[in-house]
Amino acid sequence: MTRAAYSHETAETRMVSIIDYGAGNLTSVARALRHIGVTCRITDQHKEILSSERVIFPGVGAAGKAMEVIRRKNLDGVIHEVIAQKKPFLGICLGAQVILGRSEEDNTACLNIIPGTARRFPDRGIKVPHMGWSDMSVVRSHPLLKGVNGRAQFYFIHSYYPAPEQKEDIIATTDYGGAFACIIGRDNVVATQFHLEKSGRHGLKILKNFCDWDGRV
Amino acid sequence: MLSKRIIICLDVREGKTTKGVKFKGNIDIGDPVAMAGEYYRQGVDELVFYDITASSDKRDIIIDVVEEVAKNIFIPFSVGGGIRCLDDMHRVLDAGAEKISINTAAVQNPDLIYSGARTFGSQCIVLGMDVKKVNKTPAMPSGYEIYVNGGRTPVGIDAVEWAKKALDLGAGEICLNSIDADGTNAGYDLVLTSLISRAVSIPVIASGGAGTPEHLKDVFRTSDAGAALIASMVHYGHYTVAQIKKCLSKEGIPVREFI
Repeated sequence: MTRAAYSHETAETRMVSIIDYGAGNLTSVARALRHIGVTCRITDQHKEILSSERVIFPGVGAAGKAMEVIRRKNLDGVIHEVIAQKKPFLGICLGAQVILGRSEEDNTACLNIIPGTARRFPDRGIKVPHMGWSDMSVVRSHPLLKGVNGRAQFYFIHSYYPAPEQKEDIIATTDYGGAFACIIGRDNVVATQFHLEKSGRHGLKILKNFCDWDGRV
Repeated sequence: MLSKRIIICLDVREGKTTKGVKFKGNIDIGDPVAMAGEYYRQGVDELVFYDITASSDKRDIIIDVVEEVAKNIFIPFSVGGGIRCLDDMHRVLDAGAEKISINTAAVQNPDLIYSGARTFGSQCIVLGMDVKKVNKTPAMPSGYEIYVNGGRTPVGIDAVEWAKKALDLGAGEICLNSIDADGTNAGYDLVLTSLISRAVSIPVIASGGAGTPEHLKDVFRTSDAGAALIASMVHYGHYTVAQIKKCLSKEGIPVREFI
């Protein structure tokens, strides 16, 4: 094998795939990855997703529309397969909601990777969407949070929040009219409700930790 | 806990940052990309770019500015000014902005709020409101009227009514600018900010008139505003973001510590 081919192959397997399911905000995640020196591609190609080293599932938008595109592109099967391969998998924002069983938004059946529901914030007493910078309380340690300052704040913008069925799937919580799960995870899957790519250097640090993570907890 | 946001506004004209008083007499003060980088390093929570380029053939400059900013700045930022259709929104979002601020075009075509929110999500759509104090009349019960075209043209719509309508149409946030207070450095219009922020369930950004950290404290104390827009107090070097945040924090107002 030539050196060039070898390095090409290395690049292929080191590659981070950002799943393209028609949601917004994918390029912001790609820019943040490039900034921290990580090679990535935005793709809906099954082969590319399955051959990458790790997968990011970001996005803003509505759950109903997102699931419709995911099913139309047959990405649901690919996502389940990549997770079964034990590859590190990161959901961001909408990605942290559609990995649950269902969403109250458009009453949508979702991917059911982590059992639970994406619930809407109550309309009374607080402004919805939850928009801006909030801190978090870590419930259990995780490689993603290595070296992250405990007082750091992160950028949120959402009207629905992840409510996993099992407490063990909650990694950190944030308070907004009551505590909700802002980081959830199980095995090689982890997801943040806040935008890592828009949370300044602490967000970039978590993104970097994800890219260094072997998927084991 | 949710922090109160400090948002810096950069008025961009033909690729340069400018600042005016009461929407007039703009002077160039710097390169928006370099300024955005500096404010990011100072710990600002969010940035807004308003394209006030007069001639439409130079509009693409703002896309270049957005792309350059997006490469190096990892906090949210919005773009406003001259956005008239879904295509315009698409281009600005593709270039790297998180949110779009619409103002005149939303008054002329309220459906733009609805279709923008349907297409890109409510969180993307900020309604910019330019508001002027007027006499209270049955047609203008709040005593505040909406103006368009950079604050030049009254449109006969009550500010509170318009805010509620924008909420119903799917706006995710309101940037509330007082024309009377803009550029005066005499403080926000506290009555107006309180009125609008309590009338709608979406976040409101107070805008126009900030000259000292005290002014931000006053608006956060007296209203439900989630954010305060500032410009000249930082553009002219009177204060840094850290100084403003320290002052607010001392007063018990939650802000994002830059650590």
